[in-house]
Amino acid sequence: MKKTFKGRPVVPGAVRGEAVVSRQGFNILASMQRDLMGKKAEVRCSDQNNPDAFGRALSGRVLCLPRTIGSTTGGMVLQAAAALGKAPAALLFSEPIDSLAAGGVILAKVWNGRDIVTVDGLGDEFLAAASNGCAVSVSPDGEVTVETA
Amino acid sequence: MYSPTMRLTDEERITLEGGRGDALRKAMESVARFGDVFGADRLVDLDHGVHLVTSFGIPLLGPVFDMMDELIAAGLRTPEPFTVDPRPCDFANVPVGPIEKLIFTKVMYAKQKDYEAQLREVGLKDGKAFTCACYFDEVGNIPKRGDALAWAESSAVVYANSVLGARSNRNSGVLELMCGIVGKAPRFGFLTDEGREATWIVELRTTALPEAQLLGSAIGMKVVEDVPYIRGLDRYLGTELDDRAKDYLKDMGAASASNGAVGLYHVDGLTPEAKDLGESLVRGGAKVYVIDDAEIGRVKAGYPMMWKDADARPSRCFIGCPHLSRAQLYGWLDRLEASLKASGRKRVAVPTVLTTAPDVAEAFRSDARAAARLEATGAALSSICPLMYMNNPLCGKKPVITNSNKLRTYTKARYYTDADILAIVTGGRS
Repeated sequence: MKKTFKGRPVVPGAVRGEAVVSRQGFNILASMQRDLMGKKAEVRCSDQNNPDAFGRALSGRVLCLPRTIGSTTGGMVLQAAAALGKAPAALLFSEPIDSLAAGGVILAKVWNGRDIVTVDGLGDEFLAAASNGCAVSVSPDGEVTVETA
Repeated sequence: MYSPTMRLTDEERITLEGGRGDALRKAMESVARFGDVFGADRLVDLDHGVHLVTSFGIPLLGPVFDMMDELIAAGLRTPEPFTVDPRPCDFANVPVGPIEKLIFTKVMYAKQKDYEAQLREVGLKDGKAFTCACYFDEVGNIPKRGDALAWAESSAVVYANSVLGARSNRNSGVLELMCGIVGKAPRFGFLTDEGREATWIVELRTTALPEAQLLGSAIGMKVVEDVPYIRGLDRYLGTELDDRAKDYLKDMGAASASNGAVGLYHVDGLTPEAKDLGESLVRGGAKVYVIDDAEIGRVKAGYPMMWKDADARPSRCFIGCPHLSRAQLYGWLDRLEASLKASGRKRVAVPTVLTTAPDVAEAFRSDARAAARLEATGAALSSICPLMYMNNPLCGKKPVITNSNKLRTYTKARYYTDADILAIVTGGRS
């Protein structure tokens, strides 16, 4: 079954990938610091306070979340992950994007030429429809399709 | 080429089109894109110097350091000197074991020296500019009411907006540097009158002045990123922003910014905009949050126990996140001495670190008598960032205690009220 949602493309682009869903605010620093520091080929979520995403691979995945939280260094961490090719392929926000995530995706685009496809304002129903491991497609116009079993 | 939604002046457009070099173009494009995302109508000139959040040379931020090199190669720096958050290490005053030190110097902050050199190149004020409380008189990065700012450190942003009446959004790290380089910030959110209106009324009905760190925590967790208008606090703090009121609001704001994401609050009868505009700052339909003694107790009881052994003996105590003011430093000295005397001890029972800005520490140490008194208690004075200390996995799993709700939120440090901290570190109780 497919469900389609429409949001605002913040960094437009087309992506199809496997969803990682955080139903609570996603702490970028707490989630990505460990594996970036450890120079792991793939970043897995290391935030023990986030039971939805903890331990799941983030690199190249479609991260579905309400918003990001935590240290204002979060944007820089996202930029660094993108520059190293280890960021999520897409960030899909149910709420309006927050300043940390916006800073990160903009810096990655402008300074490193790396696009993390970003759509915000997809609504609570989007987050309810998405689940870990399901396929999610994003269109450049901000249309997001969640494929559920 | 990026075509912004917001209105730009001809000068700004030339910069965005690369007419003043590629590095400045990228800085301008970063700022313009950021503003567009949040519906900014235009850019405004910054009225005051930047305060940066990123003070640590953590190797994982390699791409950020490359970006700094690009700025430096283009000869770009902020028009006004800037301050930056505290340094992550201070081995002289906060000693660590050899393996912990190795992790700090060779792994976590291996790029510290290089990064500080980069900061100097792009406009760092001086070697003492490392503090989260850049607005202290001794430090001197003090914006005036109405000044347009671009700061990122959450505790500094909320203080500048609320206590000083300046105007800064809660910027993402590095974006504040981009704004500083171009000398402009996008006009949205807290830079607008409407963005400074309160959507919550907080009714304080406690029987005494609550602990600042607990009141801020309660407010932050409830209103999250909204603007609260706080009634009833002037009953305890008075109607003048004296040192006591400013210190209280500093700690309350830091807790509200970290336990939630508060960037601005108004205190009825006390903070500048509330004094002038009163409840006209409150939007129609504002929600109400009543805080009484029971609510403060409920919030405190809700903090999770993060230690593996809840009965572990504390290995270290941090007092001063955000950094202590000079008045707070002297206040802690007096209380440590009095409490030690009462418990019959000469020196603290738990290694205790008081943290403050380097300029404040220097002023304090120049008072030889006070410095000797503090040394006699066994407590250390440092300008470290306790949070970055705790980011070292070996340090972070130790049973550290603190009176900071920010430190509690971001680490496994255990929160205690000022009175409890005092009793523990002076051996009154474990």
